[in-house]
Order: sequence, then C-alpha cells, then structure tokens
Amino acid sequence: MQARFWPFPLQSATMQPIIAISNLSKTYASGFQALKGIDLAINTGEIFALLGPNGAGKTTLISIICGIVSPSEGTILADGHDITVEYRAARSKIGLVPQELTTDAFETVWATVSFSRGLFGKPADPAHIEKILRDLSLWDKRNSPIRTLSGGMKRRVMIAKALSHEPQILFLDEPTAGVDVELRRDMWDVVRGLRDRGVTIILTTHYIEEAEEMADRIGVIDKGRIILVEDKHELMQKLGQKRLTVLLQQKLNHIPPELAAYNLELSADGLELVYTYDTQGERTGITDLLSALRSAGVTFKDLQTTQSSLEEIFVNLVRNGA
Amino acid sequence: MNYYAIRSIYKFEMARAWRTLLQSIIAPVISTSLYFIVFGAAIGSHMQEIDGVSYGAFIVPGLIMLSLLTQSVSNASFAIYFPKFTGTIYELLSAPISPLEIVVSYVGAAATKSVILGLIILATAYLFVPLRIEHPGWMVLFLILTAITFSLLGFIIGIWADGFEKLQLVPLLVVTPLTFLGGSFYSITMLPPFWQTVALFNPVVYLVSGFRWSFFGVSDVDVTISVGMVIVFLILCLGVVTWIFKTGYRLKS
Ligand SMILES: Nc1ncnc2c1ncn2[C@@H]1O[C@H](COP(=O)(O)OP(=O)(O)O)[C@@H](O)[C@H]1O
Ligand SMILES: [Mg+2]
Repeated sequence: MQARFWPFPLQSATMQPIIAISNLSKTYASGFQALKGIDLAINTGEIFALLGPNGAGKTTLISIICGIVSPSEGTILADGHDITVEYRAARSKIGLVPQELTTDAFETVWATVSFSRGLFGKPADPAHIEKILRDLSLWDKRNSPIRTLSGGMKRRVMIAKALSHEPQILFLDEPTAGVDVELRRDMWDVVRGLRDRGVTIILTTHYIEEAEEMADRIGVIDKGRIILVEDKHELMQKLGQKRLTVLLQQKLNHIPPELAAYNLELSADGLELVYTYDTQGERTGITDLLSALRSAGVTFKDLQTTQSSLEEIFVNLVRNGA
Repeated sequence: MNYYAIRSIYKFEMARAWRTLLQSIIAPVISTSLYFIVFGAAIGSHMQEIDGVSYGAFIVPGLIMLSLLTQSVSNASFAIYFPKFTGTIYELLSAPISPLEIVVSYVGAAATKSVILGLIILATAYLFVPLRIEHPGWMVLFLILTAITFSLLGFIIGIWADGFEKLQLVPLLVVTPLTFLGGSFYSITMLPPFWQTVALFNPVVYLVSGFRWSFFGVSDVDVTISVGMVIVFLILCLGVVTWIFKTGYRLKS
C-alpha cells in the first residue's frame, strides 16, 4: 500500500535506468543468433513496449533478463544488480508473465499464487494475495483447481503469480495474444494501477495498437536488433504521417483534374476529401492545397487532421530500415 | 538463504504426495505386503535360517530398501521432470533461488516421503514377522542417507529425461535389477565366487548389507564400508547435480 504514495517527481530524466542492457547477444545451441548486440535502457516507472514481428527475439530478450535463458555475451543490470552475479537481488525485483500458458494443474488458485510469493522470498501475506485475486476477478475461483479454469482464467492466474511478490519490474510477454476483450480491459487496468504505484512495465507485442494504446516509449526489434527506441509521441510525430480530411459542402462525383497533384482520396459518399502529408517534410502543402481547392471552386465546411497509426510507422521502418 | 522458497517448494511437494496418497503410500505398502506373504510366509517357511535369522525376517531390510530406492528415484525424478514437461519450470528458473536451495527442497521432500514410506513398511512388516532392531540409530541413519542419495539420483534422472519413456526406463532397467541383484532376498555369500565379486560393484549390495546389519548385527560386507559407499555415492550425485546447475544442462537454453 505504501507504494501508492511513491513520489512521482523521482521519475526524472536524470534517473539511472532500472534495466540497463549492454552489448547483449544470444546464439542458441542450434547456432542460430537470436540477439545481436542489444543495447537498451529502460527507465524507472515507464511502460515500455518492445514491438517486433514474430521471431524478432522479444521472448529471448525477456527470458535472458529473467534468468530462463543464458546470455552468450553482454551484461544486464536490473536495478543496479548484475543479473548473473547478483541474481538474487535482481530477480526478487522482477515479475514475469510468460508468453506460453503454463500453469500447475491440480493446485488451487490460492495455493499456486501463494507458492509464487514464497518462491520469490517473501513471507506470506494473505491480504496482498486477496487484493491481487480480486483485482484480477479471480477471487471467486480461489479454491478451484487450476485445471478446471478456462484459458483466460489461467492467464489471469499467471498474472497473479507474477504480481504475488510485489515486483518493481513487470514483464508481460505478448499479454493479449488470444485474450478476450474483458481480460484485456482488466489487464490494462491492473497495468495502469501498477504504473501509478511506480512499477516499471515492459511488454512485448506484435500488435501495434497495443504499443500505441499503452506504452510511454516504444522499442522496435527486428531480426535480433533494436532498430529504434523512441518516446511514443515523439515517434509518431517524427515518423508519422498526418491526414487532413476536408469535409465538403457539396457532394463531388470525381476529383477535379486541377487537384491531381495532391493525390487526394475521395470518400465513397463524395463528401470528404483526404489529403495525406508527411509531418517531417519541409512544407506540408496544406496552404497550397487550400488555395487550389478555392480556385477549383470546391467549398468545404470543416477540416480535420488525424495522426497515422503506429502500424504504418512500423511498416515503413521495417521496409526502409535494417 | 531463501528459506521462504525452500519452505514453499517443500510444502508444495508434500501436498502433492498427500493428494496422490494412493499412489505414493498405499500402493508400495500393498505390494510390499504381498512380498512378505509370498516370500516371508509361503516360501520362507520352507527356507532355512540365514546367519541365524529366520528367512521371513531376513528379507525385511531388503524389502524396505527396495521400496526406499524405487520410491526415492521415482518421487524425485517426477517432481523435477513434471515442471519441465508442463513448462512451469520457468518460474523456478526466474526465482531468486540458488541451485542448492532447489536441490535441498526437492530432494528433501522426496527423501522425506521415502523415509515415511520406509517406516510404514517397517511397521507393516511387524504384522507379518517377529523382528528385532539391534542398532536403531544406524537403521535410521541408513534409511535417511539412502533416501537422500537416491532422491538425488532421481533428481538427476528427472533433469536428464526428455520424455516419459526415459523417466520410467532408467528405474526399470537400472534401479530395479540392481536392487533385486543386491541381496534383498538372499545373502551374497550364497552366490558362486565369481558372482560375489561382480556383486561388489553393485552399490545396492552395500546398502542392503549395512541396513540388514542395523537390524540383526550380521552383514555381507563390513558396515563401515557400507556407510563409506553410501557417502561416496552421495558425493558422486552431488557432483553431477552441481555440474548440471553450473552448465544449465537440460534446464536452460
Ligand atoms: N531454444 C531455441 N533454440 C534455437 N532457436 C530458438 C530457440 N528459441 C527461440 N529460437 C529462435 O530465435 C528466434 C527468436 O525467437 P523469440 O525470441 O521467441 O522471438 P519472438 O518472441 O520475438 O517471437 C526465432 O527465430 C526462434 O526460432
Ligand atoms: Mg515471443
């Protein structure tokens, strides 16, 4: 509870990162190099989304930080502790919800969550376990053996296990893959609550909307390399395209030929013209467009701009970069 | 030391035994009782005494050892194999817990179960044959040392096994023959000289012999050698376990 009063000003830009990864590489026994010289710093208290296509190395990276996979090269500090030398101090700070749904079968929800807390070296605290189970809508199921639960419920149990020891750093590996809307909403509520208490959250995803919806910062990983790390808003501003929607006074049947240079799109109902422009460009071309519209005799009643989604940014990045 | 972790795993494992009571306690008791009836009562009445001990009583220490060994191996191997199989091992690997603590808790729980089982079988034996225990302290020491050693062996097998066949094959192909050929039902002095020499390479011979000595004060091999052999085997298993955790063998990729 006391963490609720964690003073926010502490999270300044000058703070040292809660996770510092330097020159991390991983070559599996098969000879496959899954990670190639990763350098990455995660700031205290942020929600960091690691975004990348399947097979990019997201799970490998998380598994190494958590101690499940051994690194081939490089060092990782978690809250200042080297994860191999001072693994006790490092790991007791970390909670992990892995990608795969793996739970005990015969134990009850209560027993398995309490077990996790003990495993991470914390004395029993029934009040804390109760709070977690209530937050995750698992309270009614606390005495049910896990094997009797649905897939969604099992995933809730895995989240509860990861939170049982009050970690300061939480990893969520593809948390919403195959998850229903309700769980997704509950999960984001829990994640926001944790962030408000100062917990750092790192989630991996290949759904861009998820990164867009939740993250403070986004790292893009592809083929074992981090190709970009940016503040979400800056990223979208920097790389994003904007759309200008012109709401017309009168219906158009076709785009006037004198406007061809602007690559406009006409909506199906003929009442909207959409102009796409790059915010990075020297000039947006909006002024020119507006005067061209006037001289073509097109009148409009309103203008709207919308930011392009991360999806488009990402596609651009992977296509152009690396 | 992460005592909370050790206690959690130990409790978890003991709860599992309780849940599978039939399999972990009742089944071995029933099968051992059958041995007593067949070998002790039916056949034993036609056998002569061995070293001044009636045959029915003579086989009791061997039978306890037989259950102790097989149960220790199967308990411990299953306990660590199962999380590997289901994937829940991720939690163990990501927890702030040292290899030693993992071994202490899993092997401790498996050995506890086997010792309890050994004592239950001993109590059962009392129902069938008159028994005396000359060195109860040594008897308990042998019981505990053997349970720990073979739980360690089981732990190693559980980590090594990458399928249920292997998990069951080793106990079937190695442990059971070693126990049957280890003098559970006879004194190895009854074997032809050549096979006596061969038997001396069987670690189980020393366990059964030493354990039997703690009951009747007679043994095939000197009791100090027996204790020494158990300890050598224990250290050997500890060495392998240490190596496993150092290299992450079959645990981490
Ligand atoms: N144990 C392993 N042995 C060999 N290759 C592996 C192993 N685990 C993962 N890989 C490979 O490493 C790459 C990265 O995998 P992973 O980290 O799971 O990616 P992601 O989580 O981003 O989908 C993939 O090509 C995968 O096939
Ligand atoms: Mg993955």
